[in-house]
Amino acid sequence: MAEAGTELRVKKIRDGTVIDHIKAGYGPAVLRILGVTKDFDKVLTMAMNVPSSRTGRKDIVKVEGRELARSELNKISLITPDATVNIIRDYEVRKKVRVSLPKRIQGIVRCINPNCVTNAGEPVEPTFDVVSRDPIRLRCTYCGKFLEEKEIMDQF
Amino acid sequence: MEFEGRDVIDIRDFSREEVEFILDVSQKFEPIAAGQRRSNLLQGYVLCNLFFEPSTRTRLSFSSAMMRLGGSVTGFATGATSSIAKGETLSDTVRVVENYCDVMVLRSNKEGAARLAADLSSKPVINAGDGSRQHPTQTLLDLYTIRKEFGRIDGLSIALVGDLKYGRTVHSLSYGLTKYDVDLCLVSPPELRMPEEVIEDLEKEGLNVKETSDLSQVVRESDVLYVTRIQKERFPDPTEYERMKGAYSVDAKLLQDAKKGLIVMHPLPRVDEISPDVDSLPNARYFQQVFSGLVVRMALLSLVLGRWGD
Repeated sequence: MAEAGTELRVKKIRDGTVIDHIKAGYGPAVLRILGVTKDFDKVLTMAMNVPSSRTGRKDIVKVEGRELARSELNKISLITPDATVNIIRDYEVRKKVRVSLPKRIQGIVRCINPNCVTNAGEPVEPTFDVVSRDPIRLRCTYCGKFLEEKEIMDQF
Repeated sequence: MEFEGRDVIDIRDFSREEVEFILDVSQKFEPIAAGQRRSNLLQGYVLCNLFFEPSTRTRLSFSSAMMRLGGSVTGFATGATSSIAKGETLSDTVRVVENYCDVMVLRSNKEGAARLAADLSSKPVINAGDGSRQHPTQTLLDLYTIRKEFGRIDGLSIALVGDLKYGRTVHSLSYGLTKYDVDLCLVSPPELRMPEEVIEDLEKEGLNVKETSDLSQVVRESDVLYVTRIQKERFPDPTEYERMKGAYSVDAKLLQDAKKGLIVMHPLPRVDEISPDVDSLPNARYFQQVFSGLVVRMALLSLVLGRWGD
């Protein structure tokens, strides 16, 4: 999980979720996806720019007492497709999940085209084809508009 | 090639072979479209027009195509006379209307509306224009007109002129042209350039695309000059429209230096982008396009209703 020296910065948790290998600088965006506001009542730790042998630098987020839902993992995969998610129970890694970005995503972000039928009050979930993974680029299957990384990040 | 029950949403959903087949079938309908022969091919079938945006040619042409083949037509010509005005969604409208017809023709200002309708309807849906996006039957009639004129589409130099930003006919046509080996020249004011995502798609498909603002040079080099209206209704800012209107005007004087055999096309309606003095020149083809629209729509209706070949 954490690499040498990391433990000093981010201590082990008993139960909860560790999101590791977040692209450096994207930790705050992950917090937005998790809905972290002033009312968030779990113990949460974030480390930014932690040295990483794989990518040079990375961010880490640890949430105590909460296991992430699949929908949250899907959102995280949009902005940092190489992140790993470890479910911790009683200090042990019980499940290790690599977030994976499907070829087509539904309902996670909305289309930025105000004239798209998915923004017209129709009972339809916005649906996108993943055109590029890193940097992320999506294309609306209805209106064909591209969504670039910034436009996706702005929605979280 | 399977056409029965198929939706016609985006020209990219069709292969070159399928496009060519549709154009071949269209040709067979010419005598019926011209009123020289009568047909009952679609007798007992009902077409429903769902037009949420104004239209003269497309709606009447679908209606005429259906009626010339013995079918019946129902529907509405404006959202104001449908339950949409009461707040009904397009989705509900489509689920209701599919009970009344065998094929649905939809025009909406919402981009992707036809795709959504097709997802919901068990009957074939034909896209008659969705916002600034696609107008596949216009593209087929444009290709039909070009092929009829030159006997081929490959090897031609085709220029699209005017509002390339908001104009769905030019977006759709340029996608249609990726199936052929053509040189495509885009002529527009910088503010009305072809959207980046469309150019990206065209180049990815290997289409040779050039952008310019010099119309007089283009006229000397092109086989087809496809002129479009600056569409007032699509401008979010009316002052932007006032600045842009009349940016390009094609008249008899401009065409004096035209390449031999150049044809001038326009999806119509025109405002002032083609001068009436062009109408009588041998270059003008925009009124022939209207006839092409009729035969292409006859072909499409017969194909998606599974009646071609009977």
